[in-house]
Amino acid sequence: MTSRMYTLLPQRDWFWWRILCTVILLCSIAVKPCFANSKDEKKEGYTLLESQQGVLQKGLQSDEELMVEYEHLIRQLPLANFKEKLALIEKIEQKGGQHAYDLLTSLLSGELYYLKKDPDILVYAKKYEGDEYQVKELGEESESKLLSKLDLKKIYKKVRTNNRVRKGIKLSIARLSLKSDSESNKINALKAMVLTIDPVTASAIESMYENERSGKVKEMMSIVLAVHTLKTSQDMTAVSSSKVNQAIVLLGDRLEIPVKNTLVEYKGFLEESEIQSDQKSQLLKELNKALTAIEEKNRFYVFVEKLFFGISLGSVLLLAAVGLSITFGVMGVINMAHGEMIMIGAYSTYVVQLIMPNFIGYSLLVAIPAAFLASAIVGIIIQQTVIRHLHGRPLETLLATFGISLLLRQAVRTIFSPLNRQVDQPDWMSGTLEINPVLSLTYNRLYIVAFSILVFIVLVFVIKKTSLGLNVRAVSQNRPMAKAMGVRTEWVDAMTFGLGSGVAGVAGVALSQLTNVGPNLGQAYIIDSFMVVVFGGVGNLLGTLVASFTLGVANKFIEPITGAVLANIVVLIFIILFIQKRPKGLFPQKGRAAE
Amino acid sequence: MKLKKVFTSIGAGVAASVLSFSVLAADTIKVGVLHSLSGTMAISETTLKDTVLMMVEEQNKKGGLLGKKLEAVVVDPASNWPLFAEKTRELITKKDVDVIFGCWTSVSRKSVLPVIEELNGLLFYPVQYEGEESSKNVFYTGAAPNQQAIPAVDYLADELEVKRWVLAGTDYVYPRTTNKILESYLKSKGVAEEDIMISYTPFGHSDWQGIVSSIKKFGGQGKKTAVVSTINGDANVPFYKELGNQGVTAEDIPVVAFSVGEEELSGFDTSPLLGHLAAWNYFQSAESDANDAFIAKWKKYIKNEKRVTNDPMEATYIGFKAWIKAVKKAKTTDVDKVRNAMYGIRVKNLTGGVAEVLPNHHFTKPVLIGEIQDDGQFEIVWETESEVAGDAWTDHLPESAKIIADWKDKSVNCGNYNTETKKCSGQNY
Repeated sequence: MTSRMYTLLPQRDWFWWRILCTVILLCSIAVKPCFANSKDEKKEGYTLLESQQGVLQKGLQSDEELMVEYEHLIRQLPLANFKEKLALIEKIEQKGGQHAYDLLTSLLSGELYYLKKDPDILVYAKKYEGDEYQVKELGEESESKLLSKLDLKKIYKKVRTNNRVRKGIKLSIARLSLKSDSESNKINALKAMVLTIDPVTASAIESMYENERSGKVKEMMSIVLAVHTLKTSQDMTAVSSSKVNQAIVLLGDRLEIPVKNTLVEYKGFLEESEIQSDQKSQLLKELNKALTAIEEKNRFYVFVEKLFFGISLGSVLLLAAVGLSITFGVMGVINMAHGEMIMIGAYSTYVVQLIMPNFIGYSLLVAIPAAFLASAIVGIIIQQTVIRHLHGRPLETLLATFGISLLLRQAVRTIFSPLNRQVDQPDWMSGTLEINPVLSLTYNRLYIVAFSILVFIVLVFVIKKTSLGLNVRAVSQNRPMAKAMGVRTEWVDAMTFGLGSGVAGVAGVALSQLTNVGPNLGQAYIIDSFMVVVFGGVGNLLGTLVASFTLGVANKFIEPITGAVLANIVVLIFIILFIQKRPKGLFPQKGRAAE
Repeated sequence: MKLKKVFTSIGAGVAASVLSFSVLAADTIKVGVLHSLSGTMAISETTLKDTVLMMVEEQNKKGGLLGKKLEAVVVDPASNWPLFAEKTRELITKKDVDVIFGCWTSVSRKSVLPVIEELNGLLFYPVQYEGEESSKNVFYTGAAPNQQAIPAVDYLADELEVKRWVLAGTDYVYPRTTNKILESYLKSKGVAEEDIMISYTPFGHSDWQGIVSSIKKFGGQGKKTAVVSTINGDANVPFYKELGNQGVTAEDIPVVAFSVGEEELSGFDTSPLLGHLAAWNYFQSAESDANDAFIAKWKKYIKNEKRVTNDPMEATYIGFKAWIKAVKKAKTTDVDKVRNAMYGIRVKNLTGGVAEVLPNHHFTKPVLIGEIQDDGQFEIVWETESEVAGDAWTDHLPESAKIIADWKDKSVNCGNYNTETKKCSGQNY
């Protein structure tokens, strides 16, 4: 029987490589546009606002006079205290136009430095490659030069900002970019000023509204103006109620947080005011309608967000547990050193980033196969030297692997120091995907959800469709029979353990993006992994998938009610009760193989 | 045979060293160092061990103390709390130390307390803590809650006009007690119940998405919101990372941390943390000649230009200097005499002020608020006008407000004197 199956299935050793190549290819395709985007954005930031100069230059001053004044202002920046800086920034905004935009964005991102010896000389220092900085003096003629971080710090000093100054800068930038040509810039600017809008800017927006071509910007403008209307109508009753009514209707289904707050505030104002009129009750009715609509929408998105958090926790659990479900589930080895396999994967990521510090963006893609190999090799060595000799003695295996786990942790402490190591996050993994103002998903979590599912699919494929997978299943179902059919059980054991450990290593790459890379990394996940595998049903990959997502989602829905500490406990108690009722987990193995 | 030879030679060696030790012991003053050099706390505590060794070396260069050389006796309690008690006993009874500098976590200090009181030893505890304690045998050189948490909250309320508060902490004694005090303090200032959110997480928590998202929602109600963080250890890294990823910036919702200092930030890319706050009694960036000298000395001693200094190091420095002064004043290292000499002693701190030893075994300290910079240092944005006196028992909890500690006033002479019942409840905490 078995030998026939062999002949029917072609040798698929190449399969691994094909999968690997596809994964890398897919990932690199996914990454490329991200890189391209970020570059474009930066360019945009530096070239926009060309039409701006002049727009802000009010009064009768000539361009040159303004420039002189502007130059004078910025020279004061380095030595001013925070309070003075705040005032200076506002003046710079008024005088500088595009120059001010560039200057303020650099100041905000900490790229503005001054010469220690002569604070009059300001430079832009942008991070170039690795430890190098591109330093360019202000003014267009000057050439840029490259300096190492150390040299930069020796010669130049950063123009310091604090929270209040940064807030001021952001507002100034928002006001400046309102006049830019880019649609996204305008929208961001409008968003930034929703709550802090002053009458002058409001009337400026009003005058711009008619000439605006982009519908999105117009929409945002009308919201800002509506909020402004509500805010001002609290101070003076001059604003006609029909205008207020209009504003409320307009804001009715907006999710922006300031909008809701303004509505709530206005409602409070109306309820407290002593005037009794039809108009007031009409307005209150409208307000309540708007608020319930917003509330309803909010509730839905909160639910979606919780679901996403649960899925993302589930995907982490899946990654951590799926390797164990092979070694423990399929081979029946209780491997207490499984967590350390994850840790080795995470440290591989760190080493890969050390080797290629200038290509952090690609380092993760290199780290995936590297971590797989590193963990797989360690796994195979453990299997060959220890576990193999303890076959069929689960208690001894448990103790031995526990010892190995201690050994590996101490080895890491000795090699890498007991301190946590920093693994950088590539640019394409940071930031959020903003779906609407109340729902935004972080990219790193999104990638990890996708990655964990990909890993799972590949693994199922390997187990179900390759010759290695066939051997693994044959050995796990009936070892003597498989041996009799000519399967090299020893070799299959080693490969299976290597596969399980390797996948754990790949999990380590993903975890390095979420948590601290330190000697105790594995310890945090070993219990969760066992929990997932036992809950899902030993020896069942699908069970592991369902179990990890169930536990993840359950945890995230309990967390807001009970707090993070109790949520873990509740989930643990639930599993204990569940196992009492169904000792074989969600998806027990059936048939003779189960015995 | 060979083995036997080895053993005898080892034995001889040990005997020789013990002999030389006891000869040396006669004319040295022994300083016990009780900091974990292995285990989870080793990261933080090893630095303090090195600080004490540096101070001992420096004092010896100046000619020692009372005409004798100082000798550091280092033991390793290995982040194991009961072992702290055993090692204390060993230091006092076997090694005959005259003073101990040590402990980091509150639980280790609590473990040492009964032993040090039984044997009448002297411990200098250099870390900011939750208060509610004053032992006759312990001097608390770090901050009590009113020297860190309360002023930080005042800063947020007065300077940043914060109206809503998130108290986030790791789930153990220090955050729980501190948050209890802060909650009652905030309420006494008129903050409503619904404007305070309290959240605890386990040690080493890494999945912060839900909590950060709820902080974001809590902060999005139109009132200025701040997070007061007693999150401890490396859980801070994923916490700040998640804040950055979800776009919570320090301008919107500032986080003020009580357990994040230069050492914790060293070697990390702090750009996502830019502008978040920390409250301490010392920052490396403090401008004073004493501080410059201390930093230079430290870098030279540890032979690493990149090493940073931090608040518990300054607390160790102050404690050590105060002890030296007290011994000189008492002209003996006898614990009771040194203890009585301690009260009122004034030593210069590293931020340009003076630390005075108070009869409740706490010190006067300035409170500084710093904003995290992208080089891992803090920019000091606010400080108290003068030093704040450490309060052993907080005034903001009704059951503690009536308790005072005073070891100088003979009519009280107690660490937990109840001013209502006029009774001292002894050394029971």
